[in-house]
Amino acid sequence: MQSGVGRTEASEDVARRRSYWRANLKLLAKLLVIWFVVSFGAGILLEDWLNQFTVLGFKLGFWFAQQGSIFTFVVLIFVYARRMKQLDRAFGVED
Amino acid sequence: MDAQNLTYLFVGLSFALYIGIAIWSRVGSTREFYVAGTGVHPVLNGMATAADWMSAASFISMAGLIAFLGYDGSVYLMGWTGGYVLLALLLAPYLRKYGKFTVPEFIGDRYYSDAARLVAVLCLIFISFTYVAGQMRGVGIVFSRFLEVDINLGVLIGMAIVFIYAVLGGMKGITYTQVAQYCVMIFAYTVPAIFISLLITGNPIPQLGLGAEVLDGSGLTVLEKLDSALIDLGFTAYTDGSKSTIDVFAITAALMVGTAGLPHVIVRFFTVPKASDARVSAGWALVFIALLYTTAPAVGAFARLNFITEVNETAYTETPEWFKNWEALGLIAWRDKNGDGVIQYRAGAPFDGKPEFEGEARGDHGERIITNGVTASGNEVYVDRDIMVLANPEIAKLPGWVIALVAAGGLAAALSTAAGLLLVISTAVSHDLLKRTWMKDISDAQELRAARLAAAVAIAVAGYLGINPPAFVAQVVAFAFGLAAASLFPAILMGIFSTRMNKEGAIAGMLSGLFFTAGYIIYFKFMVPEANVAENWLFGISPEGIGMVGMIVNFAVAFVVDRFTPAPPESVQILVEDIRVPMGAGGAHDH
Repeated sequence: MQSGVGRTEASEDVARRRSYWRANLKLLAKLLVIWFVVSFGAGILLEDWLNQFTVLGFKLGFWFAQQGSIFTFVVLIFVYARRMKQLDRAFGVED
Repeated sequence: MDAQNLTYLFVGLSFALYIGIAIWSRVGSTREFYVAGTGVHPVLNGMATAADWMSAASFISMAGLIAFLGYDGSVYLMGWTGGYVLLALLLAPYLRKYGKFTVPEFIGDRYYSDAARLVAVLCLIFISFTYVAGQMRGVGIVFSRFLEVDINLGVLIGMAIVFIYAVLGGMKGITYTQVAQYCVMIFAYTVPAIFISLLITGNPIPQLGLGAEVLDGSGLTVLEKLDSALIDLGFTAYTDGSKSTIDVFAITAALMVGTAGLPHVIVRFFTVPKASDARVSAGWALVFIALLYTTAPAVGAFARLNFITEVNETAYTETPEWFKNWEALGLIAWRDKNGDGVIQYRAGAPFDGKPEFEGEARGDHGERIITNGVTASGNEVYVDRDIMVLANPEIAKLPGWVIALVAAGGLAAALSTAAGLLLVISTAVSHDLLKRTWMKDISDAQELRAARLAAAVAIAVAGYLGINPPAFVAQVVAFAFGLAAASLFPAILMGIFSTRMNKEGAIAGMLSGLFFTAGYIIYFKFMVPEANVAENWLFGISPEGIGMVGMIVNFAVAFVVDRFTPAPPESVQILVEDIRVPMGAGGAHDH
């Protein structure tokens, strides 16, 4: 059996892991909203409407569908990797 | 040196490089064979993932598809890149933390069930073989067009090369050859694109060239010119689609989720040292993929524009060399419907089905004679979409070495993907079926021998499928993504994000997603292909996009069944809590 101190440490550990996971889920939700907005939003659902604007010679909706969404995806992954590294450190769960 | 000899030289050099790497990276344990000893640098793994992912279809077919589909081609661009966001955020780091060798292994352990593992193995083998047959075919086409060898001999040569580095080096050999193949492939793809962009717009960056003004003094941008030329010829505008919004939405979603659920892509992230490396590595993979995927729409648009200017209203006798070369291979055909000797390129099919030639017989102008029944449309030209990337350097009159480079690049794309797929097939057999299910007490050395043997058999089967392609290969690509989206992805996702999901829920979910999606595709593609039109589709979603609905079915069934069946054992709940934190990930371990 664990000692009383050990048990407190263990439950603190569980609490710490749980709040790490909640922080992760919050970050995931934010990034996935952006993921959805640039591709399914700007590239598909709002494509027609955005096409009235022209940027760099592209109709904007068409640009999001064929280039803009892809560039955003790349940025999203690196932002996630960076923010998670910070979270890993803040919660002391680095690998 | 002429283009032909240069092609032999480039292809020969690249093959020598792959074999050299294979010999250098021979392996001696299953851990090296399955996951390259988990010692691959994240950036290199990103590069290998990009080569693994970008197949003959991406390299050869995608720009051609976009050239002819215009806006509708965006489903492939977004679908085949957006999946990496899901992979990096939702799957890769946790699966790497779990630290085992295969995808079915995770599903089997997480759902404490051999049945779940077997369902996953079946999905994996079906998805991977579907895919690999197409790769071998791609190898054959490149060989026959550029090296003037028989398609079947081309497939055999391709098999021999893959055999050497996949069987000797396993995942380690494959990883480092894929890094080399990525370099060959991206160089071969971007160099002609830069040349063509310069020729058409004066802008060396194809991504910007697509939006730039054409250098013909018209003051129109590439896309404006293409839109107006296509409308004049009776097509829809390039920047407008003809698919319905819901179908575009569903196909994009199915391809994204399917990408994230493809086993040969997921296992690439098992090879990096740590869980946090898996996140970064997915980012690099997408950077390397995006280089090609953002060039592709430019290549597609330039190719379509060039094709129209070079071919439309040109007398057959005046057509450029490449037109006749591809006609000789049966991938271009012309039927002079109005008897004026001049080629009219218009919307609509020129005749029924694929061209059937009357042997080598020639018509009045020297064209190959076609026996198909003509259609009412004004169009006289048949062109296979797949030739666009391969013909592009010739269409744009680029020097011989660029053409040679494209041949080497096409082979690199096909071989790298084939090797990755063959590895997951052999691993599923030797590890998931033998070691984990039927012959639990075999030694590591025996398992390694089994893995090599399975790889050799898989290569032989793939080669057979490449030489005798089943008529349905093109039809079943929708299958690979649809099934990955409807079966594997939800099972893995719930395995990580729900501690409560139990084996009953997961298995019921996988099976219902699988049967729903497979049933829908088989019904429309094979049983009643004539009914495969939008009016008959469920919610207006085509078989290509039905994987999205299959995924929803999977989730729904899994959660309902889960509510009425007991929670998973505590050990599994602890396992889930554990894979959620990166701390404590070591090398992939045995049991």
